Order: sequence, then C-alpha cells, then structure tokens
Amino acid sequence: MPAPPTSAVALRDAIAAGTLTAEAACRQALDRIAAADGPLGAFLHVDREGAIARARALDAQGTPAGPLHGVPIAIKDTILVRGMPATAGSRILEGYRPPYDAIAVERLVGAGAVVLGKTNCDEFAMGSSTEHSAYGPTRNPWARDRTPGGSSGGSAAAVAAGFIPIAVGSDTGGSVRQPAGCCGVVGIKPTYGRVPRYGLIAFASSLDQIGPIAGSVQDAALALEVMSGPDPRDATSARRPVEPLAASLDGRAAGLRIGVPRDLLETGIDTDVAAAFERSLEVFAALGAVVRTVGLPHSRFAIPVYYLVATAEASSNLARYDGVRYGQRAPGVATLEAMYERTRSAGFGAEVKRRIMLGTYVLSEGYYDAYYLKAQQVRTLIRRDYDVAFADVDVIATPTSPTAAFKLGERNADPIQMYLADVFTVSAPLSGLPAISVPCGMTREGLPVGLHLTGRAWDEVTLLRAADAYARASR
Amino acid sequence: MGSTWTSDDVRRLARLARLELTDQEIALFTRQLSDILAYAEIVQQADTTGVPPTVHPLDAAAAWRDDAPRTSLDRRTLLDQAPDGAADVGLFRVPKVL
Repeated sequence: MPAPPTSAVALRDAIAAGTLTAEAACRQALDRIAAADGPLGAFLHVDREGAIARARALDAQGTPAGPLHGVPIAIKDTILVRGMPATAGSRILEGYRPPYDAIAVERLVGAGAVVLGKTNCDEFAMGSSTEHSAYGPTRNPWARDRTPGGSSGGSAAAVAAGFIPIAVGSDTGGSVRQPAGCCGVVGIKPTYGRVPRYGLIAFASSLDQIGPIAGSVQDAALALEVMSGPDPRDATSARRPVEPLAASLDGRAAGLRIGVPRDLLETGIDTDVAAAFERSLEVFAALGAVVRTVGLPHSRFAIPVYYLVATAEASSNLARYDGVRYGQRAPGVATLEAMYERTRSAGFGAEVKRRIMLGTYVLSEGYYDAYYLKAQQVRTLIRRDYDVAFADVDVIATPTSPTAAFKLGERNADPIQMYLADVFTVSAPLSGLPAISVPCGMTREGLPVGLHLTGRAWDEVTLLRAADAYARASR
Repeated sequence: MGSTWTSDDVRRLARLARLELTDQEIALFTRQLSDILAYAEIVQQADTTGVPPTVHPLDAAAAWRDDAPRTSLDRRTLLDQAPDGAADVGLFRVPKVL
C-alpha cells in the first residue's frame, strides 16, 4: 500500500509558508498519477497542461486565493468541469465537453484548488463497484483484484493511492461513503440541499448530493465547507448558514451519545467487519461517549425502497439522453423515433438499461400506487424512525458496508447482491441526513473497513467532530 | 404485469423507455427484473395506512426567485456540443419526423 497522501492542509500551509509552490505540488501529483494510475484506472481524463498553468497563475498572484490555495484535486466524471470531458462513465456522453463548471467546482477553484482531471465511476453513478463504467473498471489500491466500491470508485482510489489529498464524488445511495470505506479513506454525504447540485449530472434528484472524499476528516471538512451554501441556480439548495467545519474539530467525544441499531446488524455481516465495528465503539466509549441501542425498524425496507424511488427518478432524468443536444447519436437512422431508440440502446450499458426499465415500470399506469407511492410512504416511515432515534442520540453508527471490498466480477451476475453492498448507506439519503464513512481498521486479509456515522439534518458539525475524534483516537 | 414478467412485458416497457433491446437483453432483463421486483415485494409488508408519501426528504418549503431576465449560456457554444447542431441558424437538426 502506498504512503498516505500529504494532506491538503499541509500542502496549503507549505505553499503559504513559501517552502513549496503550487506548481511543484501540482507536478508531484501529476507525476504520481502518470507513474501509478495505469494499473488502477482511477482517472478518465488528466489535464496536465491546464493544471500546471492554473498552479503557475496561483503562484504568481501573491495572496492566497482561499483555504485550498494550490491543493491538487480531482472531480468525479458525473460533475461538470468547464472544457473537460464529462462522460459520467457512459458512452452516450462521449465527446461532450461542458461549457460551464458545476457550482461545487466553481467554489473549490475559487478557494484555490487545482483540478487535475476527472475520475472514473459506474455509469451515471449506478453501481457499487465502478465496474459499470463504459471505460473499464477501477481497481482497489489495497488489492488490485478487488473493486474500489462505487460509484465514486475512481475518486476514492485516487485518494487512497496517494495521488491527491481530496477528490469530489456524488452520493445517491452510498456512492461516496461506500467506496471511501472500501478504500480506507474518508467520505461525506452532506445533508440534502447543503451543496448545490447545479452541474451534477442527475441520477435521482431527491437523493443526489455532492460530497468530498479525502485522506482525513479535516481535509474532507475543509472541502465540504468550501462547497456548501445556497445558490439560486439550484432551487433545492438550502438557505442555511454554513458553520465552520474544519475549525470545529477538537478531538472531543465526551458525552456524545451514539446509537447503534442492533436489529439491523444481526445477519449478513462479515465477522472481521463486525469485529472492527465493535472495536470502534470501544474507542468511543474510552473517549467518554455513551453507546446505546436504538431502533430503526423500517430501515430493513431501505434497499427495496431505494431501488424503487431511485430508478423511478432515473428513468425520468435519463430521458434527456436522446441524441439531440449533446453526446452521441446513432448514425444513419431515418426516423426520429428510431434515432432515439438506437442512440439510447447503443449509448447505455446494461445496468443503466435495467434501472431505466425498472423505473419506467414503477411509474407506469396501474403500478404507480403499488410500487412508487408505496415506496414513498415507507420512505416517510424510515425518516420518522430517525426522528425518534435522534431524540435520544447524537449520531447513529453502523459499519459502512457488510463486507470489505469484493473481487472484480464477483457480483456482476446478480444485481441484488450488488445492491446489498449499500444496505447501511441508503437510509441516510432517503431521509436527507448527513453521513460519513471513516476508516476503522482492517480485515485479516488486509482490507480496510469503514465506520459509518449518520447525523441530524444540518448538523454536520456534530457528525464531523465525532468522526474526527474517533479517527484521532484510533490512529 | 404482476411481479413475474414475460418477454412481451419487457418489450412493451422497452418501447415506453425508448430502448431497442436485443433478444439476449430481453431474456436477461425478463429474469432479472422479475427477481428484483420479487425482492422489492417486501415493502408491501410495511403498514402505511394514513402515512403520507415523502415529497421532499426534509420537507423544505418551495424556493421562489424573482422572475427577472438574466444571461444564459451562449447559444452557439451549446449548439457546438450537439451531434448535429446548426449553430449558424440556431437549430438542432434531427431525422425526419413525418
């Protein structure tokens, strides 16, 4: 395993102190990628010249642009960076170069970050292994015969491999947190509405959130703070004050109340994962936190509810890929309708087609009430369970995934097995809640295990303080 | 359609979704979608009597903005991204509709 990346905070401070230039930091990161990404496949696109030019401009401007001045970062390919390809891992968007930046990217760049390139992902973020990318899989830096998780597997692998300290992902059912867990790094899904989605290629609009992946809670907190806050270009971005996150991490967990939904942890969890999770609770207890059992009785429905709701939204969102406005069009087709069908059939991979079909079905006449409406009602019950639980506790802890990173190809034949990788991560987005995965030890095979904490809506401060206190104490 | 699908069901859905599937895909999806829906049947066990559906994950109020004109992205730049954009006349070209 490679050395952990030099942190964003350390790079920024060295640049501010004059012991490092932004250009040198940028070139070092580019060299690491050039030397080691071949067998991993974390990146789909690297903009070497653009990044160096940007770093030089930062060095020339004298005063720091912001809290990420000179920090090299990467962006998941579902998020738009002006002038760089944005395929979302799909053939249908091959050749597309967006003419604008996502708001999250605009803010990171405004804070001084240098975007090196775009990272691989499952097609349209639909998957838990990054194997559903049309451009080939990404491999796990800890064990190359294993997946990095997904869908933000390229971003998680790029951080875990030490290429860059921070990469941005998007999370719909676990796509930031689950790969972070599989790769032994930190991943945050913020409260729904915390980070504007303008410039994020939509998968399921009531669930999608952009979030950071980083080598430490502190770096992730810094990136999240920069990306947070409302913008009129996304009507679902919340007009809530952005609290200082990075500055609130004090390493303390005394008095913190941690809820553990024991009923959800009874079956299906790998013994090494379960052991690592129990040890993490002991670390919290030693810090003075109080661990108690909570009930989330309806979360046992979370995976089916998620796949009914998310596919319905996806079937609508992905209707826009029709060969007219961007990306690819099937050639030599005589009629408009045939052009649509041919373009979409050639452009989408199997998992995306499967989900469009399922979503079309659950929204179709005669089945809407039985599936979509029912799922949205059960979603309300899942959310209410959290309201009850958060009356007694401050955060809720589970493992991030029931197993450590699985092998490439292991779950491709059975979609339901792949979906179960998200069993502990889907409830937070269904409920709009913020959640984080932090590394919590290893399996006997030497694979990272993730600890998953869910917080109250808008209370990223308590969530990140808890995660940071654990990370410091377990170091 | 029920929870067990036939290949004709899958063909009909594919037309609704504007997808042209191969016979192999029809066979694969008929089986897999039946399995996924059978798995999802568990949601029917939840008692949802009188439970409102979630319409927003956090029950946020609708956001309003001023109805004021503002600059949008450049038309030519956008048409340049189209597979068959006619930037000179400001149109997307598509195959014949009639």
